[in-house]
Amino acid sequence: MKFGVVVFPGSNCDEDCVHVLRDVLQQEVVTLWHQQTSLKGCDCVVLPGGFSYGDYLRTGAIARFSPIMRAVGAFANDGGFVVGICNGFQILLESGLLPGAMLRNTSLRFICRAVTLRVERTDSPFTNRCHVGQVLRMPIAHNEGRYTAEPKTLEQLAARRQVLLRYCDNDGQVTAAANPNGSAEAIAGLCNEAGNVMGLMPHPERAAEPELGSMDGRQIFESLVHAMMLVSG
Amino acid sequence: MKARVSVTLKTGLLDSQGKTTQQALESLGFKGITQVRVGKYIELELNGATAATAKREVERMCQKLLANPVIETYRIEVK
Repeated sequence: MKFGVVVFPGSNCDEDCVHVLRDVLQQEVVTLWHQQTSLKGCDCVVLPGGFSYGDYLRTGAIARFSPIMRAVGAFANDGGFVVGICNGFQILLESGLLPGAMLRNTSLRFICRAVTLRVERTDSPFTNRCHVGQVLRMPIAHNEGRYTAEPKTLEQLAARRQVLLRYCDNDGQVTAAANPNGSAEAIAGLCNEAGNVMGLMPHPERAAEPELGSMDGRQIFESLVHAMMLVSG
Repeated sequence: MKARVSVTLKTGLLDSQGKTTQQALESLGFKGITQVRVGKYIELELNGATAATAKREVERMCQKLLANPVIETYRIEVK
């Protein structure tokens, strides 16, 4: 099973993702430079965080047209596993692989701190190692993290159970105070209708080792490894 | 041919930049401001185009890249 971490000009969380997958989870990982047109046989693609193209025009607006994204789109349409973290999530939204869009945080501040997330669903390649209602702790670091979508889309997300993670307090309660950026319905992470593509604003790769204060992010990657084994098995 | 595009957030979406700008203006003593929306202004220079073809091209540019139709609307002016 092979993971591919895409690197755009301006990505800066790619090495952390590679480290967690390769050194912590002992998985085979390759990096995929954005100009490449092949996914090199990867079973899962990770779009990492950072500031691709300097966030120029809109976050992720230009990266979505990088040559590699054609292959990522085809891979996703074929059911391949794709996870977009932070800027990666923004790129997936701009490319239409996930519904909705990101706006500037309500506070206009770049927020860099730990948040708690409630797991909404666990029959998913991304959260199958968790239990429903579980509270995960991991950091966010973003200025454009306010998820928004048209009311009709939000209804569809609810009906089709596409919301995977919501911002919550330490007790797992989804409250306005626990929402760091004003995201609609406290959405921190969601998947596409088919369930094989996920985007999340928090950084699981920064919460996968005890030294960083939380191992909760590791469960997202472990869920993926488990899902990939089921597919190949 | 010069095209001027202004891109703004759709009405109904909270524009926190606009709101903050409004508050800043009010704290400077300006009165009577009911709303401020902050958007983007993009200028393009195109050669070999007529006003009609330029408008069409820029329209496509807006739909494809310059604006995000989920959250933004745009206006194009061509001279």
